[in-house]
Amino acid sequence: MHTKHAKHPITYGLLAEFDDQHSLVDAAHRAHVAGYTKMDAFSPLPIEELHHAMALPTTKLPALVLAGGLTGALGGFLLQTWVATMAYPLNIGGKPMFSWPMFIPVTFECTILGAALTAVFGMLALNGLPQPYHPVFNVPSFALASRDRFFLCIEAEDDKFDLDDTRRFLQSVGAKEVSVVED
Amino acid sequence: MATPFSQNAGQAIPELAQQQRTFLMVGAAGAVLSAIGYFTNSTQFFESYLMAYFLVLGFSLGSLGLMMIHQLSGGAWGVIIRQQLGAATRVLPIVTVLFLPIVFGMHNLYEWTHEDIVAADPILKAKAVWLNQSFFIVRAVIYFVVWNGLAFILNKWSLDQERTGDPAIAVRMQRVSAGGLLLMAGTVTFAAFDWLMSLEPHWFSTIYGMLVGGGMLLGSMALQIITLVWLSRRKPLSDAVGSQHFHDLANLMLAFVVLWAYFSFSQYLLIWSGNLPEEIQWYMHRTFTSWRGIAMALVLFHFIVPFSLLLSRVIKREPTSIIKVCVAIIVARLIDLFWLTAPEFHKDGFSISWMDIVLPLALIGIWGGFFLGQLRTRALLPVHDSQFEEALALGPIHGEAKAAH
Repeated sequence: MHTKHAKHPITYGLLAEFDDQHSLVDAAHRAHVAGYTKMDAFSPLPIEELHHAMALPTTKLPALVLAGGLTGALGGFLLQTWVATMAYPLNIGGKPMFSWPMFIPVTFECTILGAALTAVFGMLALNGLPQPYHPVFNVPSFALASRDRFFLCIEAEDDKFDLDDTRRFLQSVGAKEVSVVED
Repeated sequence: MATPFSQNAGQAIPELAQQQRTFLMVGAAGAVLSAIGYFTNSTQFFESYLMAYFLVLGFSLGSLGLMMIHQLSGGAWGVIIRQQLGAATRVLPIVTVLFLPIVFGMHNLYEWTHEDIVAADPILKAKAVWLNQSFFIVRAVIYFVVWNGLAFILNKWSLDQERTGDPAIAVRMQRVSAGGLLLMAGTVTFAAFDWLMSLEPHWFSTIYGMLVGGGMLLGSMALQIITLVWLSRRKPLSDAVGSQHFHDLANLMLAFVVLWAYFSFSQYLLIWSGNLPEEIQWYMHRTFTSWRGIAMALVLFHFIVPFSLLLSRVIKREPTSIIKVCVAIIVARLIDLFWLTAPEFHKDGFSISWMDIVLPLALIGIWGGFFLGQLRTRALLPVHDSQFEEALALGPIHGEAKAAH
């Protein structure tokens, strides 16, 4: 397979380069309006409007974090209940074994732990990180995406994708340079 | 800098005058009813008055606290409500006058003012060094001097800044706010000890002042969001205030909901686990009688419900839904103050009087009237705040500018 790729590289998509974030947001929005769906934008800084410009689906992360927090809360509370009433019952100040007010601080901590771990690892998983290889790395100027350049990549898998038409489209929306991305 | 936002709120939004009249009329009607209440049952009048007074005192003091926090922290949230916060703190002179009935009602409210009771009680005798009438009044004077002084100087400089645009004023305001916040923490704590905690003079809790002060911040934030929603429905603020601003303010309000719950639960947990007779009596009156229903209502409506609602991004960003949460929070604040005060006067169980409803309405009417009066004389937004442009950039203006671009 590898040698075949080397001989006949498959086109992954077209990568358009922009000078500033406004041109990128504008181009991404126009690509969305033009009907492109399989595309991705790359920027050295977070751009909040980009999400709306490309009409990306809302992230599932908040729901995951809520679930993680609730799991942590329940786990923490049940663990303490089990320890205090069954595994290692101790009489403290003559209070009932199931003294739930005492369990609240640890339950709270476990909620935060569950929510925070889900937020970090959920974010990585949903983003598909870590990702040691991505076809856009094959375009030399892409290294600037972590410095001062902004990129929009329309993938060849997109139904509307056509090497010449899409290239003309990207140039028409203000791309400084359009390169073919090979896989 | 002449922008539509530097004109007076009273000129830009003429409905403010009408709104102010409505509040003052509610206040006047409430005052007449309250006077009837005073002559029919003066003890109940003072009990209800103390509760209602803390709600409006909290609006002014909480706003003063928020104003100083914003001076130190900066941030778009504070720029957008800065004029409203200033207006709320300038009602403090009225709030100071409104304290007088509590001085006159001392004998009805505080058992430590009765010499025969103190003489028969060794604990109250020992506490008489602090809990005596003349020192109580001296301390009240100190608190009001500190609060009015801070409100006066910060507002004066804020207006100077609007007139001259001198950036040196911002530095001065910041310095005063740093010391001012420390002074506030001390004075609010001791005022809460004096005016609320001493209703049960045997009982003590060191976190009590923070609990009351945290409630003031929460109530003020709810009030300021309600005001902002109302103002931002009208031109020209409808061009400046957007969902991102409400999102920021509501997030801060969520933090205050959690802060209140944290203080409340901390106090409860320590007293519950210590289980000492002189400490638990305060909770015994409030949870082992029919007052328990109010305690449960607080857990539900002062914490669980607003906390869950404020987790939602959609609710926080939508003015028509966030305003409902804010009104509910102010009602919950009143129930909290009711639960802090009323069980001391009715130890056997739940009891409510018509004055518990009329007096808050009367004081909200009076306070709201003077608040809107202050608001009318001010510019809509602080155009000379160093973060004014950034704050505006989060709103709809930025969106329009970009569309044109």
